[in-house]
Amino acid sequence: MIFTFTDEQRELAATLRRFLQDKSPSAEVRRLMQTEPGYDPQTWAQLAGQLGLPGLVVPEKYGGSGAGPVELAIACEEMGRALLCAPYFATAVLAVHALLASDDQAAQEEFLPALADGTSIATLAVCEDDGAWTTSGLRTRARRSAGGYALDGTKSFVLDGHTADLLLVVAQADGGPSLFAVPGDADGLGRRLLDTLDMTRKQAVLSLDGVPARLVGAEGSAVGVVERTLRLAAVALAAEQVGGAQRCLDMSVEYAKIRMQFGRPIGSFQAIKHMCADLLLEVESAAQEQSDELPLVASLAKAFCSEAYFRAAADNIQIHGGIGFTWEHDAHLYYRRAKSTELMLGTPSEHREIAAGYLIDGAAR
Amino acid sequence: MEPTASSVRQQARDWIEEHFDPQLSLRAWLERLADSGWARPGWPADWCGRGLPPEEAALTYAEFNRVDAPGPPAGLGVMLAAPTIIANAGDDLKRQFVRAVLVGDHLWCQLFSEPGAGSDLAGLQTRAERDGDEFIVNGQKVWTSMAQIADYGMLLARTDPDVPKHRGITYFALPMNQPGVEVRPLIQMTGESGFSEVFLSDARVAASAIIGELGGGWAVAQSTLGFERTSLGAGTGLGFRLTAPGGSRFLQQQEVSVGEFIAAAKTNPRSFGTGGTAMTTGGIAGLVRLAAELGRVRDPEVRQQIVRLHTLASANGWNGQRARAALKAGGRAGPEASLGKLMASRVARQWRDTASLIAGPLGMLAGDDGPLGGRLASQLLATPGPSIYGGSDQIQRNIIGERVLGLPREPDPSRTMPFRELKVGTQVQEQS
Repeated sequence: MIFTFTDEQRELAATLRRFLQDKSPSAEVRRLMQTEPGYDPQTWAQLAGQLGLPGLVVPEKYGGSGAGPVELAIACEEMGRALLCAPYFATAVLAVHALLASDDQAAQEEFLPALADGTSIATLAVCEDDGAWTTSGLRTRARRSAGGYALDGTKSFVLDGHTADLLLVVAQADGGPSLFAVPGDADGLGRRLLDTLDMTRKQAVLSLDGVPARLVGAEGSAVGVVERTLRLAAVALAAEQVGGAQRCLDMSVEYAKIRMQFGRPIGSFQAIKHMCADLLLEVESAAQEQSDELPLVASLAKAFCSEAYFRAAADNIQIHGGIGFTWEHDAHLYYRRAKSTELMLGTPSEHREIAAGYLIDGAAR
Repeated sequence: MEPTASSVRQQARDWIEEHFDPQLSLRAWLERLADSGWARPGWPADWCGRGLPPEEAALTYAEFNRVDAPGPPAGLGVMLAAPTIIANAGDDLKRQFVRAVLVGDHLWCQLFSEPGAGSDLAGLQTRAERDGDEFIVNGQKVWTSMAQIADYGMLLARTDPDVPKHRGITYFALPMNQPGVEVRPLIQMTGESGFSEVFLSDARVAASAIIGELGGGWAVAQSTLGFERTSLGAGTGLGFRLTAPGGSRFLQQQEVSVGEFIAAAKTNPRSFGTGGTAMTTGGIAGLVRLAAELGRVRDPEVRQQIVRLHTLASANGWNGQRARAALKAGGRAGPEASLGKLMASRVARQWRDTASLIAGPLGMLAGDDGPLGGRLASQLLATPGPSIYGGSDQIQRNIIGERVLGLPREPDPSRTMPFRELKVGTQVQEQS
């Protein structure tokens, strides 16, 4: 458990917050969420060039910073606070972790440098129609073909799947669930943007019809890859949720101080003051749930932070009253993101069940 | 069933037998309905009703629905404006407005809330200043439904800023079709626009259009809010299943025959009438179907939550009956209505949480891609509404605490200071 940050980590947070205040203000978030790509390539290039963020956890030998999960969590927290519209989670969290977990050095050498320097964006396609993050019951098939493999099937809930240059696709091969690399412009690949509650992060459906693919790691190795990636991604997503929840709390408190009803600020009423205090408790507790201890804590963090964020986002609307229910106010953007991240990478209920496996079944054995 | 109740139903049935005629024009039918008192049998006999107690009045609608007879135009005219006028205005205004609402001459909107006056409605800043036989109105209203098509607005405006806030307010029937009234649609977080902002710039209203007394608007507003709470809570949705189009802009739609109207309404329910805001019903049928589709009906957590939802929704139905009973006993909506309003927003949240538990990751999808044909996502986005509009949950709790339980009020110096000295709206706090 980490209770204090190093100076470097604090510096990273401060630098990134300034960058995002400049590059991802509300107006820009609203502009980008209405576009199909859903991100600004120039901001992405700066995020990579000036700040080296996509390669944060990429080892130095592949052009990254070789930082750890704490730095990644800091980056995600700041991006969550700003609702940054960018393929960061897909690329720097999902794809990078999947490649690192694959133990396929050739694939790492080939793909990681372009991800680290921002010239390529990538994603991981695990889910199918039911949205479950699992490698069991895969209906997408990989068959051997002349040049390597060909994939057939449908992948859904693929973050930034419509724009990614590199798609890491989990498919059922003869040797079991396996990871494959597919270029975004591959023959036989269809991509469709999904209509999502959260407009600030895009998701796509991929239809694969004999799509040529390259095996990453060994056949059958995707079970472990997905499991490890999911845990690390759950921690990163929980950090993003903490950032969003913190912003909701800040908005609530700020408003409760300046909104006058009955001749006094609404924050002076206990009904509102107590709501704000409870939110602080939630947000602070959520922040403590961030840790690099796997895997029990990953599930606890994901479950707790999901619910803390949604509550903060919903209460933020309530505290703002009518104005918080309007399109022009940013509260709903956080509400949408909170609900969406709650259901992403496993619901709170599913993660508590995982945790119960360790806490209860483990102890009872 | 009590003998009187069944005889009331029989009376309605007899009247329908004799007077319902699908060959009539919609207009002629609405007039016949209004003049007979059957359009709103709970209203006083002198004012287009039959003076029936609410419980009995509610029973009669089933007879009209049995033959698909259309009722008066839905909306705030029938729901709020006419009951308020009946309870508070003089005979001239009753003559001008009560029947007009039932036959569809007028649609109404409510001009209460302002950007700076939400929970603290009495802090409203819109001014009405006397100019001979008229008042000149300036200010901004918000969260107004149907403002773009309404003929009249129930307007609260400040006529005296030098007395404490509750005392300087007057209630007017403001004509909406005039140059000083500008309506702009307001987009909600759902992406839909069900409400408007209304800008009043030197709008004019006759002094004779004051409902209640000059400076006595607060008490009149309370009766309107009571009617509103009752209808936003549960169970008072009883009435005509089909409602006719109305309002001065839609009068030509009343030229069709009743028979044609019924046929058209059955093939395309949205082609007639002005509609209303969709409310969360708390119904579990859609959720059970979704759980079955996703193979989750055996999941103990899902089962618990669905039953919890059903329990809350049922309790809310009973609350509604209680509110109607209070109406019957006291003649106006009592604070019991706050219980229904508070429970309705809780039911909405329980529906949201249960739906999202069942849908899991599918809950990230909206529109045609989303579960229940996109209804899950739109309901999820609509859920914060009921705990804000019509008096927030926090305000309802105050009402319950003070007026139902008799708990002491919080000290509130703003009640006695002149309005001029009061801080309202959103402003930077001055530290003293």
